[in-house]
Order: sequence, then structure tokens, then C-alpha cells
Amino acid sequence: MTDASSTPPKPASQLRDIWSQFSTHKGALFGLIVLGSLILAVLIGPYLWVPEKLTVAEAIKLKNQGPSLRFPLGTDQLGRDMLYRMLLAGRVSLAVGLVAMTIAIVFGTFIGILAGYFRRLDSPLMRLTDMFLALPLIPLLLVMVMLFRDRIAGMIGPELGAFTLIVFAIGITSWMATARIVRGEVLTLKEREYVLAARSIGARPNRIILRHILPNVVSPVMVAATLGVAEAIITESVLSFLGLGFPPDFPTWGRLLFDGLQYMQVYPERVIWPGLAISLTVLSVNYIGDGLRDALDPRIRGR
Amino acid sequence: MLDAGPAPLVQVQDLKMHFPIYTGLFRRHTGDVKAVDGVSFQIQAGQTLGLVGESGCGKSTVGRTMLRLYEPTAGRVIIDGDDVASLPPEALRKKRPSMQMVFQDPQASLNPRMTLADIVSEPLHEHTDWTRAQKLERVYELMDQVGLNRRFVNRFPHEFSGGQRQRIGIARALALKPRFIVCDEPIAALDVSIQAQVVNLLEDLQEKLGLTYLFISHDLSMVRHLAQRVAVMYLGRIAELSPSTDLYSRPLHPYAEALLSAVNEPDPELALRRKRIILKGDVPSPANPPKGCNFCTRCPKVMDICKTVKPDLVEVEPGRMVACHLYTAAGSTGASEAPERKNQERNQQGENR
Repeated sequence: MTDASSTPPKPASQLRDIWSQFSTHKGALFGLIVLGSLILAVLIGPYLWVPEKLTVAEAIKLKNQGPSLRFPLGTDQLGRDMLYRMLLAGRVSLAVGLVAMTIAIVFGTFIGILAGYFRRLDSPLMRLTDMFLALPLIPLLLVMVMLFRDRIAGMIGPELGAFTLIVFAIGITSWMATARIVRGEVLTLKEREYVLAARSIGARPNRIILRHILPNVVSPVMVAATLGVAEAIITESVLSFLGLGFPPDFPTWGRLLFDGLQYMQVYPERVIWPGLAISLTVLSVNYIGDGLRDALDPRIRGR
Repeated sequence: MLDAGPAPLVQVQDLKMHFPIYTGLFRRHTGDVKAVDGVSFQIQAGQTLGLVGESGCGKSTVGRTMLRLYEPTAGRVIIDGDDVASLPPEALRKKRPSMQMVFQDPQASLNPRMTLADIVSEPLHEHTDWTRAQKLERVYELMDQVGLNRRFVNRFPHEFSGGQRQRIGIARALALKPRFIVCDEPIAALDVSIQAQVVNLLEDLQEKLGLTYLFISHDLSMVRHLAQRVAVMYLGRIAELSPSTDLYSRPLHPYAEALLSAVNEPDPELALRRKRIILKGDVPSPANPPKGCNFCTRCPKVMDICKTVKPDLVEVEPGRMVACHLYTAAGSTGASEAPERKNQERNQQGENR
């Protein structure tokens, strides 16, 4: 006691604790390394690996090649280098997955917390959620893309326009599950005694939500988020497949997957490469989410 | 005795808290759970009022309604001159520092994701614009006051024992220097050895800081030790409100008598001779209380008048208030008889079997 009162400890930041718990989770570290190297590869890979320029005649001769030193992942049906296309595709797919997931999670959590905390908003917001759930997703996306693609493309260019539109469209149609999960969680949390204690202190609703409710809905949100990344990548590929996503010559993992599908029996590696990339991304994001959820919970930390 | 001296710090007048019941397809309002149905009492500054009664009689609801954690249906709660029950939101927020609460379950009342420092300094964040260092200084001061080692400042609630957690809860309640604290069964979730520590801590703090307590408990011997006056509640109403020495030596209301006969007697000689009153039946539903006295379905001394007229809480001896027809002159019927619903008799729980 005496030595403690002479040098009382300062309230420390929890970041170090969170990291040390996170780093004990092997799967999470593996996920972080895999996702990090994937992101690094798609960011700087296209500058390091520049395929030789081929004439049309050469390209057609070299189509459907297997993996070789010249083409590490082979070539596609038009003689294009698969590695280069995979790297370019990864940029778009990862960006779409992460950004669309972020939009969906932020929006879903926002709606869920409002609906769960404020009883008056509950019914209208949940009926809105039901409405979105009831809408047939693909037709809705098709209509959205059809109506707005040209207008947005005119404003910020075809590629960035397509990206914005797709990310927005996917985000706006996949927040409902999160909203429902969060609402349910908030309904139970707001009856906890520590929320009552905060109210008896005179804390305003925004403080109660930020300090007591939001940190405690992290786990379900994290699970929803990790699943959301995979879903967003797949939805993007569906859109591209239907011809309403990115332009056909613009590679994404989903696009490559669908292109390879026709040749799957003859050249299975054409499907394996993008499939592997998508699976690795989803798996590593899942593990990272798992580790992060544990690291953010002080009850699990330090065990 | 009650009117002598300065005005009481806390005055509760005819407090009612009814929770509506909605049933059926259209969620129609079909009735109310009368958790608190017309409760009045006063607490002098620096004193402790004990509030006892069996589970579900509305003790905790009284405490929570007094701090306006629930919106009261009717009545006034005057704490230090302001009617808390009708203050507008911002004025209520400004009033909050003077009235605080210690909760029953120390595990549930502390946010598992916040450190001790965060929890105890939360009231300071809300009501002061101190610097970080000032807040930390106050947190250390509070930890000393409630007997927590300063080294624990970065720990999380799950790293403490039950008694320590309750000390954190008390430190949080003290942070803003309140005058009135509602202790909502603060010792119910603790071991017996820890209970004594926490109760002694509460007593010390009361002496040092001049606090006023409403001590809600079902532990009768602990209330006897701590409170100057004790209110016995039954089914949302106060049955008896007496100085604790008088109440424990000679309870007036039949319910208080039955309740106190359940207190363990440490002397085995006396324990053998002691007369234990065992009540029959169950507590009636607060959604459908009896027409007359709330206790008339189980009272061993029930009379005809009890089944039709609700008794008022009246002073029958100096300082002792009882709501029972046994002590009221037969002619004076209860003036404030609550309007009752017609189908009362059909679904009456807790009748004598």
C-alpha cells in the first residue's frame, strides 16, 4: 500500500493490452498476415509484374496456357496473363468488399441502435428494415445500376463511377441483418443495471450509447462484418456477371471466376485461382474478426 | 416528533408507479401493475430510512421512481426543495448529482468493458469540466474513501471480488458529492462476512459526509442495525412506518408482526419460546390487488371492514404510523379509497385456502 500510494499508476491506454491479446490468437495473426500480403500484392504487384506486350496473333496462339515460368498462372481464353489480371482484379474486389461491408455495418449498426434504444423509432425503423428485406435484391440492384450508372459515370468517370455505384448498391442492400442483430442486442443491454446507473448519473442518451451500449454490441457486429465482406465480393461478381457491374474488360475476382466457369472442365485452374483468392480473403477476415472480438473483450483478455 | 426540527431533506407524497399492461391483438391498455400505489414518507437530513418487505412488494420500484429512473404515474418526490417527479429534463440533469443510487447486483451495475477509473470518473465527465489530472485526483480520493487500493485503477470489474465491486459502485455514487443516496439492496448479493464490511463502510461514509440514505433491503436485522426509522411495505403500499427500536420491539401492523417473527433469534432459549407467525396463501397480484386492505387476504386478524375499505397510513402513536383498521376508530373510513375495477372478485390470487 505504501509503495502504491507513492507512485499510483496512471490509467493506461488499452491498446497495448488489446494487441497482446490479439497476438496470442494464432488464427488472427495468420489472417492478418494473409490479408496484409494480399493487399500488399494487389497494391504493388501490378508495378512489379508487367507482362510482355503481345500482338493479337501471338496472344491467340498463347491462349489457354497452363502455368509456366512465362505465365505463372497461365493465360485465359484471349491469351492474357492471368497473374496480372488476378492482381488487378484483387484491387477492385478487395476494395468493393471492404468498403461495401463498412457501409453496411455502419448503417446497420446506426439503424439498429436507434431502433433498439428509442422506443418511438423502433416500429418505423424495423418496418423499414422488413421492407428492405422483402425487396428482391437482384432486381433492385439491376434497377439502381440501370438508372444511375450513366449519370454517375458522366460525373466521375466510368470506372470510379461503377465502383461507387456498386459499393453503394451493395452496402444499401445488405445492412438489414446487422440492424436486426444490433437492435436485439441493444434491447437487452439497455435494461442492464449499468445503463440504469448511467441514467441515474444523468448521462445523455448519446453518451450512454457511445460508452455503454456500442462497446457491448461489438461481438455480434464483428461477426456480421466478417460475413459481410464475403457476401459483398460475391454480390459484386454476380452483378458483373449480369453485365451490370464493372465493364467486361475490367477484371474482378468474381468476374474472373465467372469467365473461367465455362472452361472449368478443361482448365480447372482458371476457376481455382480467383476462388482461392476469394476464399483466402474471407477466411482471413473471419479470423481477424474473431481475434479482434476476443481482444476487445476485457473478460477474455489476459486468459 | 416528525414535525419537530428542520424540514426533511426528502419528502415523498402519495407516489404511484403503475406499469400498464397491454394485451390482445391491438395491444389495448387493459390494466396496470400497481407496483407502487400511494406511498408517502419523509427522511430527515443525515438519517437513514429502512424500507423492508418481501420480494415483489415494490421496494426497488420506490427507489428507482424517486430518482426518476421511471416516470412516476402520480405523486411528488421533493428532494432538497425540488420536486424531482416533475422537473424538466435539463433541470433534472442538473439535479442528478445531489441524488445517487447504489445498485443491488454489483456485477450487473458495472460495465464489463470499462476500467475502474473510467467507471468512477464517469459522473465527473458528465457534470464537471475538470482536467484529466483533476478527475484522476478525485478518483484516487474516492478509492481511498471506500477502501480500494490505488493500484487497482486500471482493472476491470471482473477482476474484483463481489465486495470490492460494491465498493466501486459506492465510489461512483459518491463521486459528485450527493446528499441523498438510495441503496437498493446493496448487500443482497454479497457474502455475510462482506455484508458487514459494506454496511460499516456505508455507516462511516454517512457519518463523515453527512449522507442521507434510503436503505432498501429484505434483511431485517441489517436494517435494524442501520436505520433510524423503518417502513414496512406490502404490495405497493406502506403497512407501517415506525422508529426502528419501536418496530422491532413491538410491531403494530399484523404484516410487520409476521415479517419480524421471521427474523432469526440467536439465543436458542428464546428461539424455542418464540412464536412464529406463518402466513397462508400467496401475495395477490399487484395487477389486481384486493378491494380493501391489501393484506386482507392473508391477515390473521382480518375484520369485515378490511375487505371493503383501504386503510390510510395514520399516526396512531407518537412517531408511529400504521395503515390498519385495528388501530383506527371504527367510524373513520378511508377517505382516499382507490377506484377499483369491477371484476375484482373473479380472479383473486392468494385467498385463504
